[in-house]
Amino acid sequence: MENVLGLVALACGIIVGLGAIGASIGIALMGGKFLEASARQPELIGELQTKMFILAGLIDAAFLIGVAIALLFAFANPFTLA
Amino acid sequence: MAAETSGPTAGEYIRHHLQHLQMDITTFEGTKQTAIVDFTVVNVDSIFWSTLLGIIMCFVLWRATRRATAGVPGRFQAAVELLVEMVESQAKGVIHNATSRKLVSPLALTVLIWIFLMNFMDMIPVDLFPHIWHTAGPAMGFKDYMRVLPTADLSTTLGLSCSVLAICIFYNIKIKGLGGWGHELVAAPFGDKWFLYPVNFLMQMIEFAAKTVSHGMRLFGNMFAGELVFMLIALMGGVWAFNLNPLSGGFWLGVGHIIAGTVWILFHILVITLQAFIFMMLTLIYVGQAHDAH
Repeated sequence: MENVLGLVALACGIIVGLGAIGASIGIALMGGKFLEASARQPELIGELQTKMFILAGLIDAAFLIGVAIALLFAFANPFTLA
Repeated sequence: MAAETSGPTAGEYIRHHLQHLQMDITTFEGTKQTAIVDFTVVNVDSIFWSTLLGIIMCFVLWRATRRATAGVPGRFQAAVELLVEMVESQAKGVIHNATSRKLVSPLALTVLIWIFLMNFMDMIPVDLFPHIWHTAGPAMGFKDYMRVLPTADLSTTLGLSCSVLAICIFYNIKIKGLGGWGHELVAAPFGDKWFLYPVNFLMQMIEFAAKTVSHGMRLFGNMFAGELVFMLIALMGGVWAFNLNPLSGGFWLGVGHIIAGTVWILFHILVITLQAFIFMMLTLIYVGQAHDAH
């Protein structure tokens, strides 16, 4: 039982941590490219901004789903019920 | 928390708030879901709130059309026009078929506003409606469970994404014909060779399944995580409970409650709008894909 609890706590940390790394790298790459592109062609900023926000939401989503699952495990742990 | 012996622990509080008000549709009695997929169980609270918000949205937009003038528009009319034009221009960029846009643009507008309103239930204090229900619900013979955020329910979001899938299939058949779509299903990604048919068909099925599931899961995951974080912030305030002694830890948790709540609600305003917008854009993109012939 304690074993399971400890492993689930570790798993939650890994889920959130690795997800955050991935999402950060993704957002950083995209934001950097957006700034570069808008410096080259300032007239495209409006159009690119919409697309950037969509992609930011898509990148964020995978991470936030991970956070939701990790928080669910932390509070209503299905593995300790059995 | 230690002082009140009858109060729930943190885990009990979260678990209680994550329990839907559920009903068995075969007997119309309150029940609790035990299997992962159980089509006889209905989440009454999600259905009630989403229907109510849908009715409010329809009424407000109906009023906007009734009171619209061709002259100088008022603030309300200007706001609605701005929204409709924004959705229409996004639809124009993705779907190049004017007859399809007659159905798909209003659909996208509905999806955007409805999901935004449902997401907006997250901005209402997490304990307000559950607390009202805590006294009102059992008095009317219901169980003491209430979740006000319909999009933090996987049933709602997957229902929405499955409806989008149905519309995609409808347009696939309407634009390409049953035979044309059937041919595309077996010939599309890799090429029209008989030995590639099984692989192509498998890829197409995976694509449809992945699109639909990720469409629903994305909205659900975002809103569920947001709701859970609001509950955790509410727990910090629960520890505070008018503990005004700055030397105790509970007081500083209360300060943290206010700071964290403010920061998270400001961030979440962005998230709920963005997620509603993304859901709308992906609806348009998926329906637009149904128009493309490979």
